Amino acid sequence: MRTGDRLRGNTDLPVLLPAAEQLRANAARERSIGAPILRLRAWHGLLILAIILLWSGVVLAQDITVERESVLDALLRWSPVLLTGFAFNILISFFAMGLGTVTGTILGIMQVSLLPPIRGTSWFITQFFRNAPWLVLLFYVMFLMPFEFEVFGVIIPFPDWIKGVIGLALPVMANISEIVRGAILSIPTGQWEAARSLAFSRRQILAQIILPQCIKRMLPSWMNLYAILTMATVLTSVVGVAEVMTLTQRALSAENRPEFLVPFYGSVMLLFFIYCYPIARFTQKLELRYAVKD
Amino acid sequence: MQSRTETAPWAPDKPIVVVDDVHKSFGHTPVLAGVSFNVMKGDVVCIIGASGSGKSTLLRCINGLIPINSGSIRVAGQEVNDPKLDILALRKRVGMVFQQYNLFPHKTALQNIMMAPVRVLKENREEVRERAQRLLKKVRLEEKADAYPGELSGGQQQRVAIARSLAMNPEVMLFDEVTAALDPETVHEVLITIRELAEEGMTCMLVTHEMGFAREIADHMYFTDLGVIVEDGPPSEFFSNPRDPRTQKFLGQIL
Repeated sequence: MRTGDRLRGNTDLPVLLPAAEQLRANAARERSIGAPILRLRAWHGLLILAIILLWSGVVLAQDITVERESVLDALLRWSPVLLTGFAFNILISFFAMGLGTVTGTILGIMQVSLLPPIRGTSWFITQFFRNAPWLVLLFYVMFLMPFEFEVFGVIIPFPDWIKGVIGLALPVMANISEIVRGAILSIPTGQWEAARSLAFSRRQILAQIILPQCIKRMLPSWMNLYAILTMATVLTSVVGVAEVMTLTQRALSAENRPEFLVPFYGSVMLLFFIYCYPIARFTQKLELRYAVKD
Repeated sequence: MQSRTETAPWAPDKPIVVVDDVHKSFGHTPVLAGVSFNVMKGDVVCIIGASGSGKSTLLRCINGLIPINSGSIRVAGQEVNDPKLDILALRKRVGMVFQQYNLFPHKTALQNIMMAPVRVLKENREEVRERAQRLLKKVRLEEKADAYPGELSGGQQQRVAIARSLAMNPEVMLFDEVTAALDPETVHEVLITIRELAEEGMTCMLVTHEMGFAREIADHMYFTDLGVIVEDGPPSEFFSNPRDPRTQKFLGQIL
């Protein structure tokens, strides 16, 4: 039996048939999605946790002075702070996603406009923000925008985290714009023709016939983008927003115990894993379901 | 000869559709090269011809889905090509049914039928619902009112599509190869619906490959080839005694 056959799940050995069937099914699913399926299970998360704990155990064992606080106690003591920081990350991700989705949808619709200037401008904005590093955009927004506004003599503060939201919303907007444009173009032209023959105006066709059909098609990419954005919220620590990475750094410098470095950052990783992994799984399920239906 | 911008009142004795020397090309490819014909109210007209002979394009020009390059098309006295014409007003008078049904997949059969009258004509929702249910009954699908297009067979979808067009109370119905994508056993259910419409006096223009049906239902036949009408006449004469060699060849291949 050639290696190629084995990889494709072909075999003449009866014993291997169930496994071959499994391989074939997985390959078919991956082909339909066009990307490899993540095969992480919940116990992989536990594995990461176990590695962190073991590591801290090793670190602890090397330590001779037993009076010092264990890493678990320290983590537990710091957990309210770290969790608050993490909640802040989630908050930033919600706002950035909301802002990016609204502006990105508008931009995406503008990209299929019949007016060349509107189409061209929106295309340029989309490409510009889609091909800029997220961190650079974040820096730009941070240093370009004032720390407070004055509206009718009232001074409104403009905190860093809101600037962070805007900075992250820009690339999200550009990506959503492309997702929306792609979804609109993926709707068969027959839908447009039928709606036009029923005397719907272009605006009505978009709002009542095309966009409602797009939502289903966009959902997996939208959720995927959200997971990526959530993980990117830690970038705001570079510009001083008090989110989980910033707080972890502060906790570590307050403790001044180098052996805490790995367990602390490991815990942050675990937090993101616990939050983002279910989203990734759910996205895959949606992709599979819609791949079969259309 | 009427002036182009004027929308003269249409009189019953005048043709409801007047196509006059229409030219249309996509890029450098001519699709319609001078097509002229008239359709009287209540007539059933069948257009046949090989693929790519411009039949579907012609239908799409009549309800303004495709703009023409030159010539004139008037529907009930309205010049289709007039830039000042309210194209939406025209489309309210001309219904169209497509080969691929093109039902809105996110709406039920009943909602598909109700959508345009409610959203475009701004009619009372309850009145439209009643009319939509009547139309569903007419196409013998009253029990499928709440089914989504994905749950219906091709023939059922096509009948819903016909009902959807009728809900706008059009004066002319255009059928673009409406049975070409259907299973042979569901073709007849769609044809029955069209025949009933024709018998009720609806003006119908059909592009079709169903020669038997065309022969039975049409008042007038047209044969197009390379963007022009090669031959036309009443079906009895057209099918039994075609004059032009191109018509003879086409009918010889297909019958």
